[in-house]
Amino acid sequence: MNKKIINTMSMTIPAKSENESFARAAVAAFCSSLDPTVDEISDLKTAVSEAVTNCVVHAYQKRQSNDDIITIACELAEDMLTVKISDHGVGIPDIKQAMQPFYTTVKDGERSGMGFTVMQSFMDKISVNNNEGGGTVVTMQKNFTKEAEKVSGE
Amino acid sequence: MEVLTKMHRNILYISLNGELDEKTAEYTRLALEKCMLQANAGQIVIDLANLSFMDSTGIGVLIGRYKKMKDRGIPIFISNPSVQAERIFNMTGLYKIMPKIKGAI
Repeated sequence: MNKKIINTMSMTIPAKSENESFARAAVAAFCSSLDPTVDEISDLKTAVSEAVTNCVVHAYQKRQSNDDIITIACELAEDMLTVKISDHGVGIPDIKQAMQPFYTTVKDGERSGMGFTVMQSFMDKISVNNNEGGGTVVTMQKNFTKEAEKVSGE
Repeated sequence: MEVLTKMHRNILYISLNGELDEKTAEYTRLALEKCMLQANAGQIVIDLANLSFMDSTGIGVLIGRYKKMKDRGIPIFISNPSVQAERIFNMTGLYKIMPKIKGAI
């Protein structure tokens, strides 16, 4: 049975590194009606930050331009959040390879190659696809603890 | 991001205060490098108690500093990571090269 959608949010931001903290804070604030735990919010912020970093660093090659747009769309269906982060950047030629731990295309930089691994670990579900017209779409889902479980679980 | 340092005996204690992500990575990298090279320390402890956010970009910054200090034979230790930082450290194996220690500045 499909869960009932209770709220949605969509925003666009230029692919600038200074927008990363704004983006993760905005997605976290969107979930505040679920009364999430501190850990749930920290997990979510970390995963969103990884996806937005990929857009800034890889998709748009650190151009830091106002013309390079990242779209962040969120949907709350009962206790489940879906976050879709999409760009129209260079795209990923081999998505499976890109998602391998420690894989990075940046040869001379200090990049860990762990972005997708962190997203996988901190969210319940992630899928990475090519965006229509070029670029990448990362879709992540997280289930939040229900109020009743929080009380009985602690 | 604020990088604070304190020298005690021959140990350089570095406290990272703020958020470590793509925005602050370059500044943090340069600030860490500068204080590590100037200190003439035998060991370095990076304290994360006041690091309110870190993503995997931070791993790149830390591993880069490890490589630089390894050439000089100076070990680096990590203290007080957040739950999220700890998980990223464990999945990347960072503690194998920069062990976690107890204690604060």
